[in-house]
Amino acid sequence: MNTDNIILSIRNVVKHFDISGGFLDQIRFKKGRFRLEETTVKAVNDVSLFIKKGETLSVVGESGCGKSTLARVVMGLYPPNSGEVHYGGKRIDNLNHKQMLPFRKKMQMIFQDPYASLNPRKTVQQTLEEPLRFHHPELSGNEINDKIDQVMEQVGVDQAWIKRYPHEFSGGQRQRISIARGLILDPEFIVADEPVSALDVSIQAQILNLLMKAGRERELTYLFITHDLSVVRHISTRVAVMYLGTICELAKAEDLFADPRHPYTKALLSAIPVVGEKRAKQIKLKGEVPTPVHLPTGCVFHARCVYANERCLHQIPELLTLDNGTCIACHAVEENRIIS
Amino acid sequence: MPHLLELHDLEVRFALRTGDIIAIDGVDLTLDKGETLGLVGESGAGKSVTGFSIINLISKPGYISKGKIIFNGDEISSYSDEKMREIRGNKISMIFQDPMMTLNPVFTIGFQMIETLQAHRKISKADARNIALEKLKKVHIPSPEQRLEQYPHELSGGMRQRIIIAISLLTDPAIIIADEPTTALDVTIQAEIMDLLQELCESENMALILITHDLGVVSQVTERMAVMYAGKIIECGLTDQIVKHPVHPYTEGLIKSIPGTVITPGCDLVQIPGMMPTLTNIPPGCAFNPRCYLKEAICTTKTPELKDAGNGVWAACHMR
Repeated sequence: MNTDNIILSIRNVVKHFDISGGFLDQIRFKKGRFRLEETTVKAVNDVSLFIKKGETLSVVGESGCGKSTLARVVMGLYPPNSGEVHYGGKRIDNLNHKQMLPFRKKMQMIFQDPYASLNPRKTVQQTLEEPLRFHHPELSGNEINDKIDQVMEQVGVDQAWIKRYPHEFSGGQRQRISIARGLILDPEFIVADEPVSALDVSIQAQILNLLMKAGRERELTYLFITHDLSVVRHISTRVAVMYLGTICELAKAEDLFADPRHPYTKALLSAIPVVGEKRAKQIKLKGEVPTPVHLPTGCVFHARCVYANERCLHQIPELLTLDNGTCIACHAVEENRIIS
Repeated sequence: MPHLLELHDLEVRFALRTGDIIAIDGVDLTLDKGETLGLVGESGAGKSVTGFSIINLISKPGYISKGKIIFNGDEISSYSDEKMREIRGNKISMIFQDPMMTLNPVFTIGFQMIETLQAHRKISKADARNIALEKLKKVHIPSPEQRLEQYPHELSGGMRQRIIIAISLLTDPAIIIADEPTTALDVTIQAEIMDLLQELCESENMALILITHDLGVVSQVTERMAVMYAGKIIECGLTDQIVKHPVHPYTEGLIKSIPGTVITPGCDLVQIPGMMPTLTNIPPGCAFNPRCYLKEAICTTKTPELKDAGNGVWAACHMR
């Protein structure tokens, strides 16, 4: 593997959240004795992946699969329980606040809800100049204003509106301002967590075009988190499919959509409604997604999988690389048990 | 044959301090027995208000200012509140977007189902329970007897939506109005719920009005659809025809702006410039004219009427 142009890699990242609450909440009575028991949500379990410079890697999955947690671990917003995050060849997950600063400048995040992610008491100008003043204290007022004008123009918001507050804008325009805030420090890498999910279809297209244009012009690398598979197909270079905190398939976008290999990916893709097509037979999954508090043994998908056997019940499948570069974690694929 | 449900020139206004705003502006719709109709549009287009107004769920400051709603030959828009209760939740049921908000968290599923039945019919508790069980089986809920004793928080989102569908079926309605029934759910669950609704419409000969912003869902589930923009229906007709050959430039833009329809991955999506006008500030003439690429002088002065565009599609556009 050529490691030169890898901008970000994460290795065996695990993130669990303790939700056991206070001392009294933890007390359980079992086998005649009181004992303390911790409850943890196993949001991300042993996930490894890398992102090459200039590509768009999408992480897809249903709600609760850990995709947003993964994005936040990458950004350093959550420290991982174990595992490593490397950016440009340097390990960043164990850095302190001060050491992290130069990386924060290069990595920016765009959030889902433009109503919640912009400070309602700051004008657009204040929102946009804060990161500049913080990271580039040497810039003069004029330089800062030039920079803001330039970014505003790029995201398509009228420069005359910079004295306005977020509530004066529509959802689509707010998301443009969030993107402007993400771009203003000239980052290399952007994590976009469901950036178009809260928007109407016609606005969604505008924002996706904007993100792709910014990506081309500034040679950005994206980590794109979404549940919308048609968006994924449109913008991604590679796609990682997550289920219950693990990656079950990672492939080039065209390969994944043309020939999904993992049983879960197959079911997920068959469920997308396509405009103008009557639904082909949808692959039904048994049961429901288990809670990430009590993870199933073995393969996390085994209880819902039609191909599951004894081995899937006990052994966690590893992410194996196939000939065409697709990575897949499934015993059935490995043993050639799936007849398509 | 008369239609099961007819909306004639319906107008809904909201009285605000600054003056009335018109949320629904002259909507005509018909629905036949067993038919599935999709109501599509972006947020604020008036699709939900249309759905609500059918069973008179518009509350102050909103009111129906003009037009008629005719159900089974009766003009239900003139009914008193009391008389409306015989229709609402009985002959016409509604399913809402968020299943957690619809169910009462402090009562069991069984209690809520029996209560619904007893509100509409003189029926003993035991009989009501049997009907409830039968409907739960119809929506494919595993171990229905157990579910009756459970509280809403014990069930997953998909399961809750199934319960709501079962509740809406209790009184054997002629029409179900589903307002974004799967928006809060994941795609795999969405597909299951949509399959279920479609199956029920066929087996029970129920009519369905599906209100949604998702054109993919509409194109798979419905026979006819109506596209709304700024309080008006701008295109309606056979779903297959509209999604393949949209007539109105807004519908066309809406379909083309969905990734994966006509544009190859990686290329720019077709985008409709600007955004939908707010209802207080609708441009004169065709409401879509500031965003339209076919705009001519007439579009800014005269409001287009729905006219036959052939192939079972009606569209309101001067240029097409």
